[in-house]
Amino acid sequence: MLYGLMAYFDAPEKLLAALRTLKAQGYRRLEALTPNPVEGIEEVLGGDGRIPWIAFALGVLGVGLGLFLQIYTTLDYPHNAGGKPLLGWPAFIPVTFELTILTITVGIFLFLLYMNGLPLAAHPAVQAKEYVRVLLDEYGIFVYASDPKFDLEGTKALLWELGAEVEEVRRG
Amino acid sequence: MAHKEPHPDHDLIQGEWTEKTLVEKLLEPVEKPAPRPWRVVVAVGAALTLAWLYAIFVTFVKGLGTWGINQPVAWGFDIVHFVWWIGIGHAGTLISAILVLMRQNWRDSLNRVTEAMTFFAILAAATYPLIHMGRPQLFYWVMPYPTHMALWPQYKSPLSWDVLAIMTYITISTLFLYLGLIPDLALLRERSRGFRRKLYGWLSLGWTGNAVHWQRYRAVYVLLAGLATPVVISVHSVVSMDFAYGLVPGWHLTVFPPFFAAGAIYSGFAMALTLIIPLRKWYRLEGVITERHLDWMAKVTLASGLGVAYIYLLEIFIAWYAGEPAEWAQQLWRMTGPYAPYYWAMMLINVVLLQTLWFPRFRRNIAWLFVFSILANVGMWLERFVIVVISLSHDFLPGNFQLYYPTWVDWTLFLGTIGFFLFGLSLFIRIFPPIAVAEMVHLFHRLRKH
Repeated sequence: MLYGLMAYFDAPEKLLAALRTLKAQGYRRLEALTPNPVEGIEEVLGGDGRIPWIAFALGVLGVGLGLFLQIYTTLDYPHNAGGKPLLGWPAFIPVTFELTILTITVGIFLFLLYMNGLPLAAHPAVQAKEYVRVLLDEYGIFVYASDPKFDLEGTKALLWELGAEVEEVRRG
Repeated sequence: MAHKEPHPDHDLIQGEWTEKTLVEKLLEPVEKPAPRPWRVVVAVGAALTLAWLYAIFVTFVKGLGTWGINQPVAWGFDIVHFVWWIGIGHAGTLISAILVLMRQNWRDSLNRVTEAMTFFAILAAATYPLIHMGRPQLFYWVMPYPTHMALWPQYKSPLSWDVLAIMTYITISTLFLYLGLIPDLALLRERSRGFRRKLYGWLSLGWTGNAVHWQRYRAVYVLLAGLATPVVISVHSVVSMDFAYGLVPGWHLTVFPPFFAAGAIYSGFAMALTLIIPLRKWYRLEGVITERHLDWMAKVTLASGLGVAYIYLLEIFIAWYAGEPAEWAQQLWRMTGPYAPYYWAMMLINVVLLQTLWFPRFRRNIAWLFVFSILANVGMWLERFVIVVISLSHDFLPGNFQLYYPTWVDWTLFLGTIGFFLFGLSLFIRIFPPIAVAEMVHLFHRLRKH
């Protein structure tokens, strides 16, 4: 069974140009696979602006958790510590701060995994024989065979034209 | 575009490389047989770790009477070493986090090994509060959980801030280290077979290098760096407040948070140098950990060390200027009492010998840098000893004055954590690449191809 086509480019600029062309031609089911972050990929594949907002929301949640924990426990077991006021808020700053950071850190890490669909047991592109190259020094595009515009010979010719080495990726 | 200026950081990667040869080089510690010094370090580390476990066993079975602590020095080697190890941990997060935010390219060669250093240093540090509690099986009492006694931790106390600060710090530095590892684990997965392939496969979580994933990954990485930076500063500040909240002469100072933070950076960078200089030599990494890297680390060591030295002098001034008799007596006890050799050795290393790092001749002398980095760690150990033991041994009442005598259990616990630290680190660099491969390749690409 054919999973799709893997195209290898030797420079990120070629990858970006190829992605633009493929997008313009109406390809939808494709992935760019790169060894490191590529500048300008957002313009082609769309960026994800959610992360700062999610981090902010998690931060607000963390502040709430921290203050709730301390105010609740203090009121539940009132104790005069060295004549300090019962709800002496300056003393609550360190714990609130740490819990805020802890909430953001753990939350954003889990959210990153969720957004990226990880952990992932298997991915068709990994079946490519030369797959390791896109983790090393080459920039790959994986075009799924299920793409409505996909046509084995036509797509292969197009990718060649864009300057890629092309590999067919099949099961097994 | 007739003439292209070389990138200002061009010589951060020295020698002739392609991406492929660079990756081969960086993965050598994991993929090639280990060099002989590695075996020696692992063997010594494992032996000391076993001794450490035995000392913990003795502590648990016989109790804290096996330690040298008593009144008035109720905080002995355990707290000295807790603070010392936590301080050492800080440089790793600083190198990774602050230098990411400042877009310093030279961090890329150093961050992985220093983050691993942080990880094992925090683990070593965290064992001390656990085992010195007297009833370690009840450690969970410091956590807020609903008990049948209807008691809660006291959140106006720095000791309970400490618990949360340390736990947050362990969590954030572990996640940061792991996040940085994920792309390298994917690369290792594709390059290995059998059990290793499975292990790396599980750990890499199925990372494929999808460009959209990379964008989110970078965003989260920089965000975590931004969050780790204040945590580092807060952790050692909170540790210092454990002391500064007390009325003991020599502790009750508002300058303690910056004092401890500066000391942490200083000892952390010193420990990073102690580890990186042999690593670079044994694995022949001179091309990626260049003399320029070492020079910059020495400069950071100098800057933070000067902060420490300044506060030593400030402490004397405050004790004199405040006119508080117990404070001034404490200061004189440090300088002239039975512990004076420790105090003056600390001054010699952290104030006098530190000044050599002003001079390029000393900074570029790798042998001196290595010797100094070890001395700086000794100096910082002495500083913790001065703060904890010397302050406690001389408080307000002459009837209380007692000296502190550590026992063999104290010493074994100390040497044991050093062994555990070395053992953990050497296993780490055998399983995970000690230099962040994906980041180095990215840096190489930016320096050589743009």
